[in-house]
Amino acid sequence: MLELIGAVIGRDLRLAMRRQADIVAAMFFFIIVVSLFPLGVGPEADQLRKLAPGVLWVAALLATMLSLPRMFADDHRDGTLEQLALAPQPLGLIVLGKVIAHWLVAGLPLCLLAPVLGIQFDLANDALAVLTLSLLIGTPALSGIGAIGAALTLGVRGGGVLLSLLVLPLYIPVLIFGAGAVDATVSGLGAQAHLSLLGALALGGVFFAPWPTAAALRIALE
Amino acid sequence: MSDRLINWFRYASPQTFYPLTGKLIPWFWAFAAIFAVAGLTIGFLLAPTDAQQGEGYRIIFLHVPASWLSMFIYLVMAFWAATGLAFNTRLSGMMASALAPTGALFAFLSLWTGALWGKPMWGAWWVWDARLTSELILLFLYIGFIALQAAIDDPRRADKAGAILALVGVVNVPIIYFSVKWWNTLHQGASVSLTRAPSMAAMMLWGMVLCALACWMYSIAVALMRVRTIMLERERHTDWVRALLAEKE
Repeated sequence: MLELIGAVIGRDLRLAMRRQADIVAAMFFFIIVVSLFPLGVGPEADQLRKLAPGVLWVAALLATMLSLPRMFADDHRDGTLEQLALAPQPLGLIVLGKVIAHWLVAGLPLCLLAPVLGIQFDLANDALAVLTLSLLIGTPALSGIGAIGAALTLGVRGGGVLLSLLVLPLYIPVLIFGAGAVDATVSGLGAQAHLSLLGALALGGVFFAPWPTAAALRIALE
Repeated sequence: MSDRLINWFRYASPQTFYPLTGKLIPWFWAFAAIFAVAGLTIGFLLAPTDAQQGEGYRIIFLHVPASWLSMFIYLVMAFWAATGLAFNTRLSGMMASALAPTGALFAFLSLWTGALWGKPMWGAWWVWDARLTSELILLFLYIGFIALQAAIDDPRRADKAGAILALVGVVNVPIIYFSVKWWNTLHQGASVSLTRAPSMAAMMLWGMVLCALACWMYSIAVALMRVRTIMLERERHTDWVRALLAEKE
């Protein structure tokens, strides 16, 4: 079982590494979106500190969305997905591998970039630490929930816009607790409760999401 | 035993369901009209003026039923979606797609009437209250469902994909509701609460229940009318639809 997941992760990572431009583009999208806010709302440090958690988290959601369609589209186009669906191993496990690979490629870099961007917003050190931690805990849930949307919109016309319409409402709890954790740290309340709930969402999301995703993939392959 | 099973599934086929809906729809319209007249009469003429909110409170006779139904229809839609996935029945998917626009309409109405009520009462069209936010997200879920079904050309695939989305949504709705609620209480402190006076005048309650029944009957009637059209459209290649159309001409 672990071998299978490992093999899928390894394959997806290798493919992603051969197309690094895609990863880099999503990262720069994240950086640009975050940098637009100080230009739009003005550079007052107090205001930026208040905005930072929400802005960084919303930008992280959007950047994750950007890379979602590619999770299955390439495999669908060249027929790999059908082979995977025909494999004797459960499709859900293969999907789990792909979700983890997607997180490593799209989620983890966001977590590493976020503290640097947080400095632009004049966040204190403890808030930066919680921001990174909340992204580390929360982004796997984004990859998991996003996989359902990616599978549902596979090969559908207008897939990209539709995907955001389906997935963004489901992302709301992650956004609330993720940004809430940083907010709570800034206002001195402690982020424990938010982070625990975020962890529950991430575990639940990553554990359950492969199942509907596999069902949606089978429908798309019919 | 086998007889019962056949009876149970008898109306699961569009061919038998179509004439049944034709007979039922006028009844549902009639009940909707009766309940609406009764509910609105009580609501606008008989119910007392609220001590604090004046006449403006009367919008709850549409607002509360609309909110109830927007949530209830989502559950019914998810039920049909699950039935469709489990038993692979054609009609279930049609029911789910027939219900979605009505649910979206009620979610929108609930937000709209809520805004009309909020402006005089709270002095704001919109507050980021837990209930308002989760109703808004419910509207997003409906729109996502409709958009997904509209984007897929093959109706069978559209049904199944929509069903998965509806089921994921129904799992997520309580999570969203509580997240929004906690987010709100954690951050805004004492914000405006939607909880009304605990002791509502009996007349008001009756008006509201009757209006809710009217909306309920209306939803059934409209959903059945929509499902009739969907049945005809999807089954247009079958003999019974041809026979039916030939009969009409």
